[in-house]
Amino acid sequence: MAKADFKVPELQEFIEVPLLEEGTMAHSHPFHSKPDFQEPLGYPGELVENWEEKAIEKMGDLLGKYRSFQVFLDSCVKCGACTDKCHYYLSTKDPKNMPVGRQDLLRKVYRRYFTLPGKYFPKLVGAVDLTKDVLDDWYSYFHQCSQCRRCSVFCPYGIDTAEISMAAREIMDSIGVGQKYCNEIIAKVYKIGNNLGLPGPALADTLEGLEEDVYDETGVEVKYPLDQKGADILVVTPSADFFAEPHVDGLIGYGKVFHEAGVSWTLSSKASEAANFGMFIGSYENMRRISLRIREAALELGVKRIVMGECGHAWRVAYSFLNTLAGPFDFLDPNYPVPQHILEFTYNEIQKGTLKLDKSANDDKVLTFHDSCNVARASRMGPKPGGQFEIPRAVIKAVCNNFVDMDADTIQEKSFCCGGGGGLLTDDLMELRVKGAQPRVTALKNAMDDSGVTHMAAVCAICKSQFTKVLPYYGLDMDQIVSVHQLVSEAIILTGQKSDEDEDGEDED
Amino acid sequence: MTVVFALLFYAASIVFVAGLGYRIYRFAKAPAPLKIPTTPAPVTEAGVVLRLFREVVFFESLFKATKWTWIFSWAFHMGLFLVLARHLRYFTDPVWTPVELIQFIGKYASIAMVVGLAGLWGRRFLVDRVRYISAPSDHLMLILLLLIGLSGMTMTFVAHTDIVLVKAFFRGLMTFHLNPLPADPFLIIHLLLVAILMIVFPFSKLLHAPGIFFSPTRNQVDNPREKRHVAAWARKLEET
Ligand code: HEM
Ligand code: HEM
Ligand code: SF4
Ligand code: SF4
Repeated sequence: MAKADFKVPELQEFIEVPLLEEGTMAHSHPFHSKPDFQEPLGYPGELVENWEEKAIEKMGDLLGKYRSFQVFLDSCVKCGACTDKCHYYLSTKDPKNMPVGRQDLLRKVYRRYFTLPGKYFPKLVGAVDLTKDVLDDWYSYFHQCSQCRRCSVFCPYGIDTAEISMAAREIMDSIGVGQKYCNEIIAKVYKIGNNLGLPGPALADTLEGLEEDVYDETGVEVKYPLDQKGADILVVTPSADFFAEPHVDGLIGYGKVFHEAGVSWTLSSKASEAANFGMFIGSYENMRRISLRIREAALELGVKRIVMGECGHAWRVAYSFLNTLAGPFDFLDPNYPVPQHILEFTYNEIQKGTLKLDKSANDDKVLTFHDSCNVARASRMGPKPGGQFEIPRAVIKAVCNNFVDMDADTIQEKSFCCGGGGGLLTDDLMELRVKGAQPRVTALKNAMDDSGVTHMAAVCAICKSQFTKVLPYYGLDMDQIVSVHQLVSEAIILTGQKSDEDEDGEDED
Repeated sequence: MTVVFALLFYAASIVFVAGLGYRIYRFAKAPAPLKIPTTPAPVTEAGVVLRLFREVVFFESLFKATKWTWIFSWAFHMGLFLVLARHLRYFTDPVWTPVELIQFIGKYASIAMVVGLAGLWGRRFLVDRVRYISAPSDHLMLILLLLIGLSGMTMTFVAHTDIVLVKAFFRGLMTFHLNPLPADPFLIIHLLLVAILMIVFPFSKLLHAPGIFFSPTRNQVDNPREKRHVAAWARKLEET
């Protein structure tokens, strides 16, 4: 079990709603950004002098630009329906981690400066001035929201705390109070092209290595092409897929699927990153700038289609926003949606029967599936609502014999976040991440105990990294997290593949 | 008394209509630059109408969230709706047939309304999480509605007032004629509180009623790949 300098919550039999306990997470906040990471994004390097005034001005600006912000701030009736829906509240008991408690940190200031009752009777409606203490609270608690939207499912007006968190982060950035993790990464994307700061040549090396591995293992020359002009499909995937476990096994799987489908594809060194942290910081401008790389890469390479790899928030940005931010994509093949998810692609190939699959290759596992928040509640796959739940499960069932779902209240639209989304996947928030995973881990543990589940598949780079890191705190094994395309990769029998004697040796190590 | 109430109701009506109009204008004017429906979401306009219908009439999301709040809230709102519909008889002549037909249920709907309100208020004391998020205004709003309901019910079930005169007074206001208002204490209380309700409406959380129709997570069609969606201010970024 991993060691922690905080108390790891004990797993309960059920996911219980605790009595609240004020201030339990007041100490939690991520490292502050530095001027070097602020300025490339268009933000002041440090707290500006007249920050109160500037912050209120920015708030007014956002109220006019985002209907969601205006409507959500005005409409909450304090009914309490959302109060027990956030994984961070359930695991930390801190009332400021109740979705409405989090919104209220900002709403109180909104009321004070933008509504008549707040101006004249602040006490009556709970309005407060914007002070340094309030700003500190914002910094702390708006970085305890993984923007998972679980609260928005249950709110009678669909109030989405993620929208409020994004706006709050945008306001803070605009006065020079940025978060290091997100802003450093965005600055890196602008400078090098991906979150990991992996330059083009290193990427080419990595992909060559993958080709060799797959060849050694199967005797088939599966290609992992980079910057190949004239390929049909541009694949944009989170950079973790290039080397981190279990992500890379997923990337190997994509290559095998494309190989068998007989289509030409390529990765791009310009758009070598699907992640778009511009969303986490609520910045339309940065999100747009990052998205435009995909458009440019598609134009330069002359591809006909765009397919996104396994990543949650990247799929949200791609599915829901890409057409808005970087469209129109009238230069691509109109017969395919832009963009497509790799699972949509694989699912279609399975339907067509182009893939030869041996389910028994995964017989050493009993699978369950973690619905990643941004896929489940902020996007779709396939033509029908809810395809984002059915397609991944259908693919898993096509490549595995053993599949069991977790408790119905913790999957699909009610899925519990991994605890590391929304720009919180950083070591300086380890306590929050471990605690936030508790409801999901509880459900997983129950599925393990009740149905013999051994592995949990996910389709999000953040979820995969987060679980690999936090599961050991709960006494579970980091290898229990797998990529969906890793399962596909195991089961797929390539045309001309050598019948393999040492198959057992190359499973997980 | 008649003159004071006539002026009060004119003032309240102006504040209510102008205030609410302004707030709705603000909701409508702010664009939704990104597609953010909470999915799974309908993929057609008709689907969205149905989704909003279910939210407004059945409080679908609240039902998913907590059954107790849902029961009280639904009793209160449906009661309120029937009571208000029943009240239309003071303002229309002849009284519309549907309003005529619900006169009987409308009377008992007030009980659902008041019980619902009481239940919702109870939650504000009994559930620690709801207690934590309640500001004084949240309590006052419930008290206000409870008192309106109770004063009205007193007139309906205990101390009747002359509703023919009440109707004459309000019909008169609508055509700028002053007719005498009965000076019954419960009627005076009832009407005073109603005027207060109308005045605070545009400045309070009662904006949830128009708000739900403008909520992007509920009113957007899930078709971002098929149809490009760009706000005016965002289009300007494309020009540079
Ligand atoms: C489109 C019409 C409306 C819809 C869909 C609607 C829906 C809701 C819902 C779902 C709630 C949350 C649950 C609760 O706490 O009760 C609520 C609360 C509330 N509604 Fe409405 N409502 C509407 C109109 C109105 C009107 C016209 C009034 C008042 C005159 C009103 C007064 C209230 C109050 C006071 C609360 C808060 C109750 C509390 O303190 O717990 N609503 N409404
Ligand atoms: C200008 C507006 C209003 C007028 C003139 C008015 C007048 C009246 C009168 C005369 C009664 C007694 C009915 C009877 O004796 O049968 C009554 C009852 C009642 N009123 Fe109002 N009222 C108004 C607005 C409201 C509002 C906005 C509410 C709720 C928020 C409300 C809630 C009730 C209730 C619950 C009853 C008892 C049940 C019933 O008879 O329908 N009233 N009202
Ligand atoms: S979006 Fe998720 S993390 Fe944020 S408040 Fe809502 S439930 Fe909690
Ligand atoms: S569910 Fe919605 S309306 Fe109710 S308290 Fe939470 S945010 Fe406010």
